[in-house]
Amino acid sequence: MSSDHGRHANQERAVSRRTFLRRSSEISFAAAVTITAGGAVLNAAEAWALDVKALQPQTMKTLILVARDIYPHDKVPDRYYAIAMKSYDEKAASDPATKAQIESFIAGLDAAAGKGGYAGLGWESERVALLRAVGTSPFFETIRSGLLVSLYNQQEVWPIFGYEGESYSKGGYIKRGFDDVDWI
Amino acid sequence: MATTFNQNDDSVVVIIGSGAGGGTLGNELAQKGINVVVLEAGERHEYDDFVNDEWASFTQLAWKDPRTTSGSWRVSKDFPTLPAWIVKAVGGSTTHWAGASLRFQDHEFKTATVYGRIPGANLLDWPVTLAELEPYYARAEEKMGVTRTGGRPGLPGNNNFKIMKAGADKLGYKECHTGNMAINSVERDNRNSCQQTGFCFQGCKWGAKWSTLYTEIPKGEATGKMEVRPQSQVARIEHDASGKVTGVIYFDKDGREQRQKARVVAIAGNSIESPRLLLNSASSKFPDGLANSSGQVGRNYMRHMTGSVYAIFDKPVHMYRGTTMAGIIRDEGRHDPGRGFVGGYEMETLSLGLPFIVAFLNPGAWGREFTSAIDLYSNMAGMWLVGEDMPQETNRITLSNVKDQYGLPVADVHFDDHPNDIAMRSHAYKQGAAIYDAVGATRTFPTPPYPSTHNLGTNRMSANPRDGVVNKWGQTHDIKNLFVSDGSQFTSGGAENPTLTIVTLAIRQAEYIADQMKMKAI
Repeated sequence: MSSDHGRHANQERAVSRRTFLRRSSEISFAAAVTITAGGAVLNAAEAWALDVKALQPQTMKTLILVARDIYPHDKVPDRYYAIAMKSYDEKAASDPATKAQIESFIAGLDAAAGKGGYAGLGWESERVALLRAVGTSPFFETIRSGLLVSLYNQQEVWPIFGYEGESYSKGGYIKRGFDDVDWI
Repeated sequence: MATTFNQNDDSVVVIIGSGAGGGTLGNELAQKGINVVVLEAGERHEYDDFVNDEWASFTQLAWKDPRTTSGSWRVSKDFPTLPAWIVKAVGGSTTHWAGASLRFQDHEFKTATVYGRIPGANLLDWPVTLAELEPYYARAEEKMGVTRTGGRPGLPGNNNFKIMKAGADKLGYKECHTGNMAINSVERDNRNSCQQTGFCFQGCKWGAKWSTLYTEIPKGEATGKMEVRPQSQVARIEHDASGKVTGVIYFDKDGREQRQKARVVAIAGNSIESPRLLLNSASSKFPDGLANSSGQVGRNYMRHMTGSVYAIFDKPVHMYRGTTMAGIIRDEGRHDPGRGFVGGYEMETLSLGLPFIVAFLNPGAWGREFTSAIDLYSNMAGMWLVGEDMPQETNRITLSNVKDQYGLPVADVHFDDHPNDIAMRSHAYKQGAAIYDAVGATRTFPTPPYPSTHNLGTNRMSANPRDGVVNKWGQTHDIKNLFVSDGSQFTSGGAENPTLTIVTLAIRQAEYIADQMKMKAI
């Protein structure tokens, strides 16, 4: 990362002007996710960045990957996992105990993973094996159960699953396919 | 301007709760010229305030005040502070219910006689029979506009129903249709017909589904004889030296303690809150709580044998389009011990939106086994399994160590499945999966029970005061002017969704209360 400082800084500025992610409602991970010199988690391919205030930027990057490994949906871009996890940085900023708990949780995963850390494990199954080992811990459960709302209750992800959401304003489905199955 | 009654007016009937029981009883009494004050713990949201959004609606309508759980039921593990998914709002759970309106079967009023002795089950015959209730069932169906009764047409079947029906036909089931629903299939009673919007559980924004909120309550108010006081959380019921109840103490919207005097008090807070209130009303004269000489208050808590089967197909279904409970298979509702259990169960289509399917499909699950199912949400069909569970004395509502915002002990809900419940659920899962497999499901899921929506039995009816809390009229055995008007009266649970029976009992109870008042017996 150090040799790329200048380039990342430029990308960060470009991204900032367009879609710097400030709120959870506005706020995607993969090889495209990097950490900028300024401490933000940046996804140049998806043109978003998440400013990390309290957590180590690498911790937030790993946390987003953990979220995807818990509820992996290959059609859901990283940005929605980032939105889902953003609140942990906010909680860490206001509560040192939470901050310590998150850092320690990720440090534990990194230590268990060995050289390269959790994010360095190439196969999802290798990472999931580490998550299974901590799957009964209260903090894992906090992350998992929290994702049910923070990930899946983003209206922007609903169409990815074919869920149409609110229908009253469109007159319901009486003329819009409530009985359109023709294959049975 | 709606009528208001003076808090010192001791001539009024005070009804606690405005749902299927309380809302109906209130209107029926008001129509007879009796003055009624309905105290409702929740706020009043008219139907255009409802939201087509599962979590937002939950926040708007659900009872979220603390409750605790115990026992071996899975809900206690998955949702330890949410034993029940019921409503705190004017209209109660009639805002949230799906609308299925089925009469109980004859044998379900006589379970002790018909089922015989079942170890661990506290079975008892109801002090009423189906024959006695039939005229009242007919009146309830007319009031609620139940489809396929009284010449009313059925609702059209949606995609979720079409899948179920095709599977039912393949398995040879005979009685599968779009249900007896308290949802208008045609405009009726100044209310819209169903627009197949979905979101029945979130409150019907068309007012097509019957709810006391926009039927019984405004009709009662229009008589000038009924006042509904929202955000009025009843803390305890008071009595005089003779043991007769004299009124209630409640907390108003500002948290101030208020007293409403009463000639008669009827409790309709559902099977969790109603026994809690009786227990919280303990006094030096009634140290075990009001109306509890039998020791049965809070006991025999039933929640129906429930579970769901969801299935994935290789083609789209869009189960969430249209009525949530869009059809039923009744063939397994019979009592046939040859299946390895007593009583029966109904199979009813059910759908959840994406936010709720992830919470309820298999609570606690994660990883690709789970997410690969969710990825195919649009190809999913679903059904709910609802059957008779065994009353058990040890399944009960007690007062918890946890206190609510008013300092009152909250309800602890203790439940263990009876072996009969487990045998029935196992059979139902197998049949549910077979229905979907028969029409090409690529995967099926035996989804565990949701937090309880059918809460029953905790102030049960009995012929003998030793065996239960209320008589055949819902009048407490111990206190003549104290009534129970909700599903907690149920002596046993039946296989059927309970609302129609709650409304039926409320219509009948109103006649009894009016007669008793006229005769000055109460």
